[in-house]
Amino acid sequence: MELLIGQMFAGLSLGSVLLLAALGLSLTFGQMGVINMAHGEFIMAGAYTAFVVQQALGSAGVSLLLSLPAAFLVGGTMGLILEELLLKRMYHRPLDTLLVTFGVSLILQQMARDIFGAPSVDVRVPAWLQGNVELLGAPIPLTRLFILALALTCLAALALLLKATPLGRRIRAVVVNRDLAESSGISSRRTDQLTFFVGSGLAGIAGVAVTLIGSTSPYLGPNYIVDAFLVVVAGGIGQIKGAAIAAFALGVLQSVFEFSTTASIGKVLILAAIVIFLQVRPQGIFTLKTRSLA
Amino acid sequence: MSTDTIRRTTGGFAARLTSVRQSRTGVLAGFAAAAVLLLVAAPALLPVFSLGLLGKFLCFAIVAVGIGLAWGRGGMLTLGQGVFFGLGAYIMAMHMKLADAALFGGSGVPDFMALYGTGTVPGWWEPFRSPVVTVLAVVLVPGVVALILGLAIFKRRVKGAYFAILSQALAAAFAVLLIGQQATTGGSNGLSGFRSFFGFDLADPANKRMLYLLTAVVLLAVVAAARQLMHSRFGELLVAVRDQEERVRFLGYDPATVKTVVYVLAAVMAGVAGALFVPLVGIISPADVGVTPSIAFLIGVAIGGRSTVLGPVLGALGVAIAQTSLASSFPSFWVYFQGLLFVLVIGFLPGGLASLPAVLGRLRRKRNDDGGAARASAPATSAAPVPPAVPRAHPIHAAASPLAAVPAAAKEHRP
Repeated sequence: MELLIGQMFAGLSLGSVLLLAALGLSLTFGQMGVINMAHGEFIMAGAYTAFVVQQALGSAGVSLLLSLPAAFLVGGTMGLILEELLLKRMYHRPLDTLLVTFGVSLILQQMARDIFGAPSVDVRVPAWLQGNVELLGAPIPLTRLFILALALTCLAALALLLKATPLGRRIRAVVVNRDLAESSGISSRRTDQLTFFVGSGLAGIAGVAVTLIGSTSPYLGPNYIVDAFLVVVAGGIGQIKGAAIAAFALGVLQSVFEFSTTASIGKVLILAAIVIFLQVRPQGIFTLKTRSLA
Repeated sequence: MSTDTIRRTTGGFAARLTSVRQSRTGVLAGFAAAAVLLLVAAPALLPVFSLGLLGKFLCFAIVAVGIGLAWGRGGMLTLGQGVFFGLGAYIMAMHMKLADAALFGGSGVPDFMALYGTGTVPGWWEPFRSPVVTVLAVVLVPGVVALILGLAIFKRRVKGAYFAILSQALAAAFAVLLIGQQATTGGSNGLSGFRSFFGFDLADPANKRMLYLLTAVVLLAVVAAARQLMHSRFGELLVAVRDQEERVRFLGYDPATVKTVVYVLAAVMAGVAGALFVPLVGIISPADVGVTPSIAFLIGVAIGGRSTVLGPVLGALGVAIAQTSLASSFPSFWVYFQGLLFVLVIGFLPGGLASLPAVLGRLRRKRNDDGGAARASAPATSAAPVPPAVPRAHPIHAAASPLAAVPAAAKEHRP
């Protein structure tokens, strides 16, 4: 029983990290069709923001809470610059955005190496997040619980943003029919910029979260980007709830696979599971119903 | 449409070049010249070390030909060619390890296995003792993996970004798998320290030359095959699938079959390149097959011109040469440079250098047109309310001619 709960929680925890990494992608990839490989580097930028804020402030607790909005701004600003400089002229070539942003990710990684050095740095975990709580006899680390709560908060905030605010309404309108939205007076340029800002900002928040469970290095991005994309693909393009379900499902599956085999075989099994799943539902868990053929 | 308009857009020289390239004798002459350069001139002029290096670059060029077919012509953005490259390479490396162990080791067990593993050869290594099985497997294993994957993905009409991401995840999983199974794959160190290649001593310069020649012959054969394929009915169908998949389906063809065939071809090319890479370079490790090297294969293809025959080859060679000369002396600069290449080429010159004459021609025409419009509208501003009749003619002229006058290569930007 303890083992089962421990495993379940490990899966949920992995799922919450995946969800944080994938939420922003679900916005930029799902809603706008841009395949942003630099999203992983925005996560890294968020992690380094947490590091810098902590170096400046000293206190681990205050700096954690401060670095969440700071990382959101850093990630969002980087995303906005990327969108304005490069991506805005590439919306009709979605596949090429993948390669352009891969180039950007190479540059950002090297910049991180030049600024912060190649060895990894550590962000101290505040005292109130150290230790475990007992859940039916299984020890649950507080940091993991914090990340789970953070992921659910971000999910709720994003869902609220999309469903209940004017910006969300504009985003959804542009996703469903860009031309019609524009002719109804919605500036699709502004909407694109804001969507990209929010999506990239979420990557920054994910970056702060991952500093709590591991060290920060320039190579942090590639660890998350592939899994995050798989979450979006399995969840269905443009579907926040799909991404949420897929993230937790993949997290639990991966921890089960890794528990019953090894970490590396587990990775391969996950990929096989996704390919098989796409045989059943080629468009992911949820699909946006349109009449287009593509 | 006339020769005159073509000459005006691309410049007379480029037009003549195009017509030479199109003619059959021209193609044969070019091919023969390349063959002489690779098979006679390079071995005669270059020292053995440089020849080995060139051989390594040629391996990348072989992979690039396959990517050019799948991505440039077929529109399949395959980010997992490293997997097929790695499959070919590891199969060859396993054979060479076993052969070395049998020749020199005495015990018949590769050295690293005694170090990390149980000291016995695992069962799935055994088939690769045989040279025949190895050569067959180098071709068949990547081909079959691509076939299964291609059928599973394309038949279900999973395409575009979904396919790109799945192929990338494949590369990630493959690298993780290799690193995780250290006892049987050498882990992150990979396999290295080979001494013989099908019984030939690898330390002997004569054998190194032979190995280079073999690689060059394979590259020439692959380029010839790709050229023939592109100019066949199937090649036309492939481009049609890239540009209008639904329309091709309505015409009664199955796009999934077309795509799968080309994906398998590209995989086989990558596998063969990997198998040649191992004896030439002497090491294969997960660092050569993971996500980043898989994507790095693409930049040369993009620079050269993804949908042309020779563009991928020349681009891959150029990038490999630049990397070798720059990366060792300025490693940090090289990464920035590589990143910038991706951004600039894909973002601003998606047709690669092959499309440069057409793009420049279009820019020049546009400038000329704008200049003409400005001159014509100068008097019109003084008589403001009169609608300028003369400049009106220009937009029509400009809109009609790019379609007609830009050569085929320039229109093939769309992935």
